[in-house]
Amino acid sequence: MSAIDIRKVIQEELNNIAPEADIASVDPVADLREAIDIDSMDFLNFVIAIHHRLGVDIPEIDYPKLVTLDGAFAYINAKLQAQQ
Amino acid sequence: MADFLMPSLGADMEAGTLVEWLVKPGDWVKRGDVVAVVETQKGAIEIESFQPGQVEKILIGLNSKVPVGTPLAQIKTEAEGKAAVATSPPAPPPYPVTPAVPPAMVVPAPVPRPPPVAAAAASPAARRLAQERGIDLSMIRGTGPGGAITYADVEQRLGVAVAAPPSVPMEKKRAIGLDLDAMRLAIAAAMARSKREIPHYYLEHRIDVSASEQWLTQRNETRPPERRLLMAALTIKAVALAVHRFPAFNGFYRDNKFESSKAVHVGTAIAIRGGGLAAPALHDADQLPLDELMSRMRDLIQRTRAGRIRGSEISDSTITVSSLGERGVEALYGVIYPPQVAIVGFGKTVTRPWVIDGAIGPRPVLTVTLSADHRVSDGHTGALFLAEIGKLLMEPDNL
Repeated sequence: MSAIDIRKVIQEELNNIAPEADIASVDPVADLREAIDIDSMDFLNFVIAIHHRLGVDIPEIDYPKLVTLDGAFAYINAKLQAQQ
Repeated sequence: MADFLMPSLGADMEAGTLVEWLVKPGDWVKRGDVVAVVETQKGAIEIESFQPGQVEKILIGLNSKVPVGTPLAQIKTEAEGKAAVATSPPAPPPYPVTPAVPPAMVVPAPVPRPPPVAAAAASPAARRLAQERGIDLSMIRGTGPGGAITYADVEQRLGVAVAAPPSVPMEKKRAIGLDLDAMRLAIAAAMARSKREIPHYYLEHRIDVSASEQWLTQRNETRPPERRLLMAALTIKAVALAVHRFPAFNGFYRDNKFESSKAVHVGTAIAIRGGGLAAPALHDADQLPLDELMSRMRDLIQRTRAGRIRGSEISDSTITVSSLGERGVEALYGVIYPPQVAIVGFGKTVTRPWVIDGAIGPRPVLTVTLSADHRVSDGHTGALFLAEIGKLLMEPDNL
């Protein structure tokens, strides 16, 4: 899966949670919880969606690595590479 | 014959607009079936039948706004109807988690303001169009017989409206059935009444939640994401169990007296994106295993944010829990939602120095607060209630 595709999936899933947010304009190193106002239930739904769509399981202990757009991309990308 | 009435979905509700019928004459309904959708200040609410039987007659048409208590339909009870089955089927659970057939999404255009009761005369078609497009009929000059507003009048007005600057794009993306302005008015009415009528008292208690956190971490470690639990499931369950010993916090204050409730329906405060709040009920939260409670909570939050709350969820809550989650502040003091008599608040968990066995160590500390009705209980009982919640959270195996 290409880097662009991964970023697109992340963006789509965050958009499902925060329909009014313009994810493309969010600072890629900003904390998403503040940037687009997501709570722990939203974040869990994001993790569930990523698991379903990309087959990447994100254990709870790794949640802090995914709180920014760049962090989420790097984490998911690395996991996908490792799976190949 | 029983009448199916426009229900009161909260003390502040005076009238509702019928926007969708999900049954027709001749249909059989069970207790708990969603039969209609009503638009209120709180958004589109699914209304359930409290009466099993056969729909005899629909009395109120679509887009009619009627006062609470108005008969909407007639339901022939099973005994009256020539029941096709000799033996009555076992009673269905009153609150199905998901209806067998998900009712179609309602598409009511949010109406800026309910039209005055003595609204201008208008043809049904004109009324429908106005409703669909969110046009206030009182803003239109009728050209029909006796000054009645015709379809063409509304169309003409629409032409004007279309020329007006387009609404904010954000509005378009918002879930259908949620009108945040109306919701704000509903919150204002309920909270103003609460502060006017209920003599609140407030308590706070800090709990070392390391046991709960460790328990959650262990439990979630081996589970796929969709089966993981959140702390909120534990705190809601702890409150629901604690009221068994402290019934003075669970029930309704009505007609100058308190009736405690045997059932524990926990109103769960849910923030709506863009600035709204609803606290629909998690039914029988004290009876639900944590996994079940968690999946109901997920479903409830999703439906609430999509503007699909059920009538029973609006009016049944016997106590409310508000959790700020991992962000925000350490403590929140809620305002009681009348006619309930208590609201329990949870702040965010913070790591704080804590004395354990004479030594200081870092511990995750959660502040739980109680706002309760002094007409019903006193600080002493409230303190014991909070202590009980704390105790339950320190022994998560018992939740």
